[in-house]
Amino acid sequence: MLTVMNFAPPPFRAKEALRYAGHKTKDLPPAVRTLMEDCLAEAEGSLSFSVCYDRVAAVRQNGVLRIGDLETASKAVAAALRGCDEVLLFAATVGAGMDRLTRRYERLSPARALMLQGIGAERVESLCDLFCAAFGERLAAEGKALLPRVSPGYGDIPMEMQRDFFRALDLTRRLGVTLGDDLLMTPTKSVTALAGIVEEAK
Amino acid sequence: MNVKQLIQNEIVLLDGGTGTLLQEAGLPVGERPERWNVTYPDVLQSIHKAYFDAGSHIVCTNTFGANPFAFGEKELEEIVRAALRNARIAAAESGAPQPKFVALDVGPSGKLLSPLGTLPFEDAVAAFAAVMRIGAEAGADLIVIETMNDSYETKAALLAAKEQTDLPVLVSNAYGGDGKLMTGADPAAMTALLEGMGADAIGMNCSLGPDQLAPIAAEYLRVASVPVLLKPNAGMPRREGDRTLFDVGPDEFAQKVAALVKQGVRIVGGCCGTTPAHIKALSEALRGARPVPLTDKNRTVVSSYTHTRVFSDLPLLIGERINPTGKKRFKEALRANDIDYILTEGLKQQEAGAHILDVNVGLPEIDEPKLLTDVVRALQSVTDLPLQIDSSDPAAMEKALRVYNGKALINSVNGKAESMKAVFPLMKKYGGVAVALTLDEGGIPPTAGERIAIARKIVETAASYGISRKDLVFDTLTMAVSAEKNAACVTLDALRGIRYEIGAHTLLGVSNVSFGLPARPLVNGAFFAAAMENGLSAAILNPFSVEMMKAWHTFRVLHGLDEGCADYIAFADGLSVSDTASAAPVKETETVDTLRRAIVKGLKDRAGLLAAERLETVEPLALVKEEIIPALDEVGKAYEAGKIYLPQLLMSAEAAQGAFLRVKEKMPAQSGGGKCVFVLATVKGDIHDIGKNIVRLLLENYGYDVIDLGRDVPPETFVDEVVRRKAPLAGLSALMTTTTPAMEETVKLLKQKAPWCRVIVGGAVVTREYADSIGADAYGADAMETVRYADGVYETL
Repeated sequence: MLTVMNFAPPPFRAKEALRYAGHKTKDLPPAVRTLMEDCLAEAEGSLSFSVCYDRVAAVRQNGVLRIGDLETASKAVAAALRGCDEVLLFAATVGAGMDRLTRRYERLSPARALMLQGIGAERVESLCDLFCAAFGERLAAEGKALLPRVSPGYGDIPMEMQRDFFRALDLTRRLGVTLGDDLLMTPTKSVTALAGIVEEAK
Repeated sequence: MNVKQLIQNEIVLLDGGTGTLLQEAGLPVGERPERWNVTYPDVLQSIHKAYFDAGSHIVCTNTFGANPFAFGEKELEEIVRAALRNARIAAAESGAPQPKFVALDVGPSGKLLSPLGTLPFEDAVAAFAAVMRIGAEAGADLIVIETMNDSYETKAALLAAKEQTDLPVLVSNAYGGDGKLMTGADPAAMTALLEGMGADAIGMNCSLGPDQLAPIAAEYLRVASVPVLLKPNAGMPRREGDRTLFDVGPDEFAQKVAALVKQGVRIVGGCCGTTPAHIKALSEALRGARPVPLTDKNRTVVSSYTHTRVFSDLPLLIGERINPTGKKRFKEALRANDIDYILTEGLKQQEAGAHILDVNVGLPEIDEPKLLTDVVRALQSVTDLPLQIDSSDPAAMEKALRVYNGKALINSVNGKAESMKAVFPLMKKYGGVAVALTLDEGGIPPTAGERIAIARKIVETAASYGISRKDLVFDTLTMAVSAEKNAACVTLDALRGIRYEIGAHTLLGVSNVSFGLPARPLVNGAFFAAAMENGLSAAILNPFSVEMMKAWHTFRVLHGLDEGCADYIAFADGLSVSDTASAAPVKETETVDTLRRAIVKGLKDRAGLLAAERLETVEPLALVKEEIIPALDEVGKAYEAGKIYLPQLLMSAEAAQGAFLRVKEKMPAQSGGGKCVFVLATVKGDIHDIGKNIVRLLLENYGYDVIDLGRDVPPETFVDEVVRRKAPLAGLSALMTTTTPAMEETVKLLKQKAPWCRVIVGGAVVTREYADSIGADAYGADAMETVRYADGVYETL
């Protein structure tokens, strides 16, 4: 059943945001910390947290994996779904407000734009984790568990699979996310992913 | 009854969904439904006929995705013509008694417009125009533009409809659960934009069911003066196996939609998941119902791509700083095409509390139509404030209004016949609220009565163009009291007359009043307060002027317009700080006392302050050589050694830029930073420019005169600029594999037309091998490497 959910902001992981912004050490100079905190405060009003998902069957036939009505020969997908008869397909976005905010600073303050990009990436990844954790809890009640998620572009999973996600989850209408000819999404801080559902928690 | 009369006078029933019905008839997943107009005309005819039989007055053709991006020219024409024929045949075959009309259905192009996407506005207009032209020729009775989730694309489609046809146009947008379009507009903003451009009815469809659309419909009914349209889905979709199901059945749907008709919605139908049964139930539920009468909401309103600003008894503040008059630095920025300087002026005014930004770039030696549109576009990519487009050149005004995403404030028209003849047709076509100056061929009249008479003349002339008084805001012209003792009294008398006798809104530029007097802010503040008491609806002013903001905040408090005096208290708090401390806000965690440390630590404000201090005793060039450059070198080396990371590098670069700005103010005007020209761009098709901006910032720090052409830059534009400037260095960035061919093409053209120029390439997907293979002179793994390469080339020049 195709469902859209809205979430409250997930807990912020500063280390991840800094890593996405290119800051790779534990040591945090005060000026960088101030920049991050300012950017986070400014971004707050521009963020929304929405997920659209569907739970579909996985069928294997002659080396091709059929997930709902999409088909794939990707080895990475096959590995991620080993032993699963069911799959969680989902897309998450933190909305277009974040892109607008980042755009505002791209020319005026590249440092701020870079930090906002990092925060946006962290926010949408944290949203995915929050959603998967919540979904996993629901599965536990059925005696099932959720495996780690994978996305188009990961391993041999073709970017073209984005089109399948958009069709299967009707993302433009449900989430307001559009897919460009280059197979990239707008709002840019959006993720599509799939995760296997297995019997009983490991 | 013709279709216009139907829309104006009746409750109108549209049709329901087509997609689900086509799938039931065997349309395979992935096949374009529009092709079935040609291959299975009988299926479409029977669907359309079922809707007419169910009671639809208007049936939409099966052309939602028919546009030049999806189909070739010939096929597009064939599809649109067949689609109209199918609907016509259905209308003729249906025996239902209601008047029946056929609408050309136009959906989104499927591409995202610039600046969020890459599709240029005019390309979108042209694409929609192609469909509109065929539809009108093939005999559509009207046009329905629907499911649009971007205000800019909606404008492009409506503009195409208006330019290509005389048909009535209904415009419907798709809102998210937050009550906004994907690109941010709320219903009031869409109403301002679409009513301004002359849409015959406006509203919403798709994405949500009747319950979730009810509050959005209520908002339309509150603000719209034209009929409101509603086409909900049959609830929210759910998937069972391969089928998408909707959970609101015909009776429930009919009952909920009919309830909204009682509240004033006048044009109703269904979107995804609705069937002829839903429409039949709705038709029955509406039997005998009469429409709620239309009322003119009489709102004087401008909008941006997200929100509106309404003229009322609380004056709007229009920031005047984007204007070269009397500003040397601004003129320089205009001549150098330094758009960033202008953007910064805009953002600073927004922070200071401006509600609208005036945009004037008129200088004698400048291509104003081009620069004004560039600046309007650029401003709209960084700020969501509505803009006041300020130009005396009608060609510049038209171009800017055309690309403006929203309903603009137009500055200005006046009582001269020539002025009204130039401005009113533009307002009629693109929408807008005009600032109307109470002067005419006879000049500025000395009495209030004569100025009010000119206002009446302007109202009458506007009416003859179909422009309402609500879209005019009168400026009764502020004159210097030092030159004419009654000047302020006359202005205020005229203001009161226009506001309360004619009932139109008013506006003043305030600061002229004190011309020729000492302590001007004192007089300006008092005059502004007096004007507000006499019916001022908006002021064009400097939002950094404390006296003006004092007057505005106290007016709000005294008139009960500031709940709990909260804004006033916050403002007053800020006042005591800025009265005692120096101007620049210090929000930084460390105190450092040398410029070099401030730059290394990335403290932008501090670096600016320290540079200003140092420049009182040190020569500008010495400061650059002995303090700024060594600081940059220290940071650059630390970065290359992996001791600091990108965020710090950039913060230091910005701090250095802050210091450079002070240096530039001290130095005689000169273009560039002293080394040589470096032309920089992100390649065609690529809209990612954060990496390029980083390179630019560092190059500027190191003294290069960077010509940044932005993103999505065609090879010809890039090469032309290199040739025009005889640039010895150029750089190209690409983030996506799909755009690397454009990089190759650009390098090739560059080598052919500008063989002297060294080009360095970089970006996420570019490698050293790739750079070699396309004939680039160098590969820049990061911004510092690009600087080092440029320095190497510069030394050999």
